[in-house]
Amino acid sequence: MPQGDYIELHQKRHGRRMDYEERKRKKEARAVKKNSKDARKLLGAKGKRFAKKRYAEKAQMKKTLKMHDESSSRQKVDDDVEEGAIPSYLLDRDPTQRAKVLSNTIKQKRKEKAGKWDVPLPKVRPVAEEEMFKVLRTGKRKTKQWKRMVTKATFVGPGFTRKPPKYERFIRPTGLRFTKAHVTHPELKCTFNLDIISVKKNPNGPMYTSLGVMTRGTIIEVNVSELGLVTPAGKVVWGKYAQVTNNPENDGCINAVLLV
Amino acid sequence: MQICNATQRQEDKLPYAFYVGDEELSVQLGAFMQRNNATAEVTLRIVYQPQAVFRIRPVNRCSATIAGHTEAVLAVSFSPDGRCLASGSGDTTVRFWDLSTQTPLYTCKGHKNWVLCIAWSPDGKHLVSGSKSGELILWDPKTGNQLGTPLTGHRKWITAVSWEPVHLQSPSRRFVSASKDGDARIWDITTKKCVISLSGHTNAVTCVKWGGDGLIYTGSEDCLIKVWETTQGKLVKTLQGHGHWVNSLALSTEYVLRTGAYDHTGKTFSSPEEMKEAALARYEKMRGNAPERLVSGSDDFTMFLWEPTISKQPKARMTGHQKVVNHVYFSPDGQWLASASFDKSVKLWNGITGKFVAAFRGHVADVYQISWSADSRLLLSGSKDSTLKEEDEDEDSAFCSCGLVDDMDMDMNQVWDIRARKLKQDLPGHADEVYAVDWSPDGEKVVSGGKDRVLKLWMN
Repeated sequence: MPQGDYIELHQKRHGRRMDYEERKRKKEARAVKKNSKDARKLLGAKGKRFAKKRYAEKAQMKKTLKMHDESSSRQKVDDDVEEGAIPSYLLDRDPTQRAKVLSNTIKQKRKEKAGKWDVPLPKVRPVAEEEMFKVLRTGKRKTKQWKRMVTKATFVGPGFTRKPPKYERFIRPTGLRFTKAHVTHPELKCTFNLDIISVKKNPNGPMYTSLGVMTRGTIIEVNVSELGLVTPAGKVVWGKYAQVTNNPENDGCINAVLLV
Repeated sequence: MQICNATQRQEDKLPYAFYVGDEELSVQLGAFMQRNNATAEVTLRIVYQPQAVFRIRPVNRCSATIAGHTEAVLAVSFSPDGRCLASGSGDTTVRFWDLSTQTPLYTCKGHKNWVLCIAWSPDGKHLVSGSKSGELILWDPKTGNQLGTPLTGHRKWITAVSWEPVHLQSPSRRFVSASKDGDARIWDITTKKCVISLSGHTNAVTCVKWGGDGLIYTGSEDCLIKVWETTQGKLVKTLQGHGHWVNSLALSTEYVLRTGAYDHTGKTFSSPEEMKEAALARYEKMRGNAPERLVSGSDDFTMFLWEPTISKQPKARMTGHQKVVNHVYFSPDGQWLASASFDKSVKLWNGITGKFVAAFRGHVADVYQISWSADSRLLLSGSKDSTLKEEDEDEDSAFCSCGLVDDMDMDMNQVWDIRARKLKQDLPGHADEVYAVDWSPDGEKVVSGGKDRVLKLWMN
């Protein structure tokens, strides 16, 4: 038997004291006064705690009162017309996640041609070469300084084979290679883990683009086939562009926003 | 073909389709027999089926994009004579459109919530619309005015509306509406009152059809189909079989019931009695001596073919879809049956036996609605992937070279064009999901409406 139940046990055996009910009633009746007195009297951390608790109680009470008011007063029936009408055969179905049909492909092509992007991150911090690359000293005496190691996250295509070390000027460390990105659809407000297809443009320069370096602001192409996006002509969209929004080398993952 | 026409003693040549067993005879008979290793000794039963005497040209271009609705278009419908067009939308309005100028005609405000379904009376004199708030409003298509006050009674949204066939009563007076609250109600438009409430379903009624024999069929989310008698609202039969919601019902005579007395010739009628007679003649011709067939598509991915006047047992069970069957539709001649499913396909079935004929794949997302052309040769489907597709039920079967036909030798000198059960036309243009499609009864136009708030008219 648990040791903490001795009060209950005692009450069971001997009953409560004779004036228990009366005392309880009186105590409850005075509780309001005591509370208000406490509210005025308590100081410091204790006062703060008390005030917080009291505030929460009051807010809750107001909400409850309002709810009761609503239930008793008459209301107009569902007058507001909601946005996003759907036909009756879809009304009973669970609202499945739907992907917007994207703005037409011509628009995207035009953007591509101009090389200008109306993108979520229009400006990026320029990354200096010293920051991007680390000089590796090679040679028996470590005197040669022509080899570079990329210090940022990179995307390396699936068919990539390294060159012999003698000709390999840029090393892309395997630890910083990424194949997937967390891509947020701005209109659906949800995020998918999608495969990266390629790096389209690194704002810091064409060399970084060709190296597949992904810094903040880089445009990448992701595989959106599982999102089920459709062009106006009814074809499934396969690849779409997205812009990297975080600093992948710091975070260890790539977050991106889909360009719609 | 000549033999058929000769034996039937018909002056004008009717096009026919021929079938050996269930297979369609599309090549020369000799070649067919060689392929199937049949000998000339056995008698081969060749069944012929008359085809529609008129031919509807497939639509292939968008003739107009009419903006006007400020919310998604949820229902579109041509009038039975094909001269008017109405649409219901999420912006709470019903709109009538002028088909000759392709401009808005009337904007009818009156509903308080989304207009979910609209239905023309078979004589074309009224339009009834049901909204999400559960009220029905009658409109006059001539003036665009509201007739009387809204008909209230349903507690939840209206899912379907169906008029009494014109051959049973002309001018049209009664219609039946189905609602989410589990009731179907019969309304009288002269008294503007609910005549009978058909309650019995325990869950939302999803679909209602007023049959040509004076019976009402309701399909419900409680997996049952109920058959009601219309004078007193008594339950006649309960058809049981589905394992999940019944989504859609279709009658073999539905197209005739919808168009009433109007046929492809574009006749007009002066009096209701004349119209009733014409409609009755059309209905009798369409139905023949076979009973009315009913097909139901369900959430359990199957469809059942029923003959409700004969038995409570299904005549055939049609399986094959991999997802919810959303819409089923009989071809106007009742020979074919098409079903649209969320598994991105439209399937074609034999409308009499319920045998699978073909599957149309081409959509990349859920198929929502289908519509037949009046000659039963073309099928139209609208989908979530924002396109309409036009499928050929049977391509150009009616052309045959004339020649000597000797039936005993089973050697037919006929050349058939290839029957392609394939996609005829892709109709892209909508920017978003297509919610409603309709093919006008005169076959000239197709209308589609969807989430992108515009109405598109397609022509050939």
